[in-house]
Amino acid sequence: MKRIFFATTLIALAMACGKKNGTTETSSNDTTANEHASGIGAVEIDGSSTVYPITEAMAEEFRVESPNVKVTIGVSGTGGGFKKFSRGEIDITNASRPIKAGEDSACKANNVAYIELPVAFDGIAIVTHAENKWMNDITVAELKMIWEPSAQGKIMKWNQVRKTWPNEEIHLLGAGTQSGTFDYFTEAIVGKAKACRGDYTASEDDNVLVQGISTDKNALGFFGIDYYIANKDKLKLIPVNDDNDANGKGAISPTEETVKNGTYQPLSRPLFIYINKKSMEKEVVKNFATFYLANAPSLVSEAGYIALTPEIYKIVTARLDKGLVGSVFLGLKTSVGIKMEDVLKIE
Amino acid sequence: MIPEKSIKSMRRQKILLARLQTITRTRYYKYQDIAFKYFGLFCTILGIAILVLFLANLIYTAGARLDWGFMTNLPSRKAAKAGIYTAWVGTLWILSLTTLIALPIGIGAGVYLEEYNKKGKLANILEINIANLAGVPSIVYGLLGLELFARFIGAGESLLTGALTLALLILPVIIVSTREALKTVPYTIREASYALGATKWQTIWNQVLPASMAGIFTGMILALSRAVGETAPLIVIGALAFVPFVPSSVFDSFTVLPIQIFNWVSRPQKEFSVNAAAAIIVLLSITFMMNGIAVYLRYRWQKKIKW
Repeated sequence: MKRIFFATTLIALAMACGKKNGTTETSSNDTTANEHASGIGAVEIDGSSTVYPITEAMAEEFRVESPNVKVTIGVSGTGGGFKKFSRGEIDITNASRPIKAGEDSACKANNVAYIELPVAFDGIAIVTHAENKWMNDITVAELKMIWEPSAQGKIMKWNQVRKTWPNEEIHLLGAGTQSGTFDYFTEAIVGKAKACRGDYTASEDDNVLVQGISTDKNALGFFGIDYYIANKDKLKLIPVNDDNDANGKGAISPTEETVKNGTYQPLSRPLFIYINKKSMEKEVVKNFATFYLANAPSLVSEAGYIALTPEIYKIVTARLDKGLVGSVFLGLKTSVGIKMEDVLKIE
Repeated sequence: MIPEKSIKSMRRQKILLARLQTITRTRYYKYQDIAFKYFGLFCTILGIAILVLFLANLIYTAGARLDWGFMTNLPSRKAAKAGIYTAWVGTLWILSLTTLIALPIGIGAGVYLEEYNKKGKLANILEINIANLAGVPSIVYGLLGLELFARFIGAGESLLTGALTLALLILPVIIVSTREALKTVPYTIREASYALGATKWQTIWNQVLPASMAGIFTGMILALSRAVGETAPLIVIGALAFVPFVPSSVFDSFTVLPIQIFNWVSRPQKEFSVNAAAAIIVLLSITFMMNGIAVYLRYRWQKKIKW
């Protein structure tokens, strides 16, 4: 009895002392630079769950090369990741959209300069039930008609959208309002990020959406193309027509080719990593970033996404080598429908 | 005039009827009794049957996945290669640290409230607040932990922050169960101790606490069983999804089993849901083991009490 109490108080005391050591340890981060040079150290990453599979693959392969480097990855979401990033708490943040002006000013306020690296493309797939016979394509205007905020309570039957479609109820499913996918979809389709009707089934878990769409013949939904590829037998992919013949005629399905050459518009989007410029002084972070870009062409597609073209990777690698800071997307009105080469060449 | 005979027979009839009624009534009560017994049995079996079905389903889908490699492998993007080594080690770290932090504080608070400050305004306010704290959603504790422990104290996104946050989360439960355990110690024991000249502290330390240890430990372990499954507060304070190394100090970053499960369940590839099922089996075994320890401790401490 007494011994137990003694032991617990002793350990509690020891931990209280340890805590003090810890705070001094973190404040003397700069003096540990020698450690990093010898291939020991840590790379702290957080952010988007969409980009997570790519970064995870990188971290796993990087371990083979440098087994003593501790690479950790969290999934706080794009917004949550930027919050930590702007406080200087992490080295790299994963993002499924470019940095926003507010996040950029938060970084500036904390003296965090960043290097912006596009690493992959993702296509947002429009899908229906596998046995849906009547929908073979959809236009962006029709998608807007279905999803815009004013559609709520008005556009309730499929034949209201297109005459040839059946007189059946519209059931919508999509990413939850906290996700970068939702932000991008609404911006691309409705024209304003987060503007969307409220009477749809939202879930942060894409497997729930897959389940819902595959059991409802009147359902339509959207999510990242990797979830369609893993569930091809249960779902039907709907080609999207943006009524702009300049980037491909007619309705276009998201494939590696159409996403890469920019004809699957407006629903292909770039994925990013943002690196804290100060962290680049750490040898391990620099090595990891270089490794990331060098292996992106092979590992990105393995993770279920679409690699950028070799030319773009060349430009991106040059940005990293030069240590170019700031975002090329901040000056643009929208990140929808842009061609990566054009944007990056602005620099 | 009604003949006397018929009055007698009527009376007899009445008595007979009443007897019959009591017989049927007692029979009715008997049936009611039996019916309730079976209803109770049904309720008991329902709970267990669902658990058994759930377990059978888990073992059926993931039994084959659960091997030594699964326990010792690092996380991987390939479902077949992925393991839960860092996750279960992280869970054990968190559990032991949480115990070390929450046990002394919880017992201390429980003893104070039950033995020293039983009545009065302050006791009332404290009691209501502790009851309220037990009902606060766990994510709120996560946010508090992030601001207070990770940022203000500067412990960062470490095991220590996680354990402190979970300790906070389960403190109300420990305090309440400590008080309940102390209440079961008869007042005569305390009086006997005082009569022998013992001080209040001596009475608590030598009589009351040992006698109530069984209850306190049971409450503690049930509270920990809740903590072991918590995901939300740990995600908020920065438990990570990919940690390819085992923590070596309380300041290291970490992952735990529920987060690994959550991460795997949300993946598009079906092989990962098998992994998740296997990890759930491990998590459940940890919970069962802890409940087993609770039962054992209760038995041991109870045997020691000889009044």
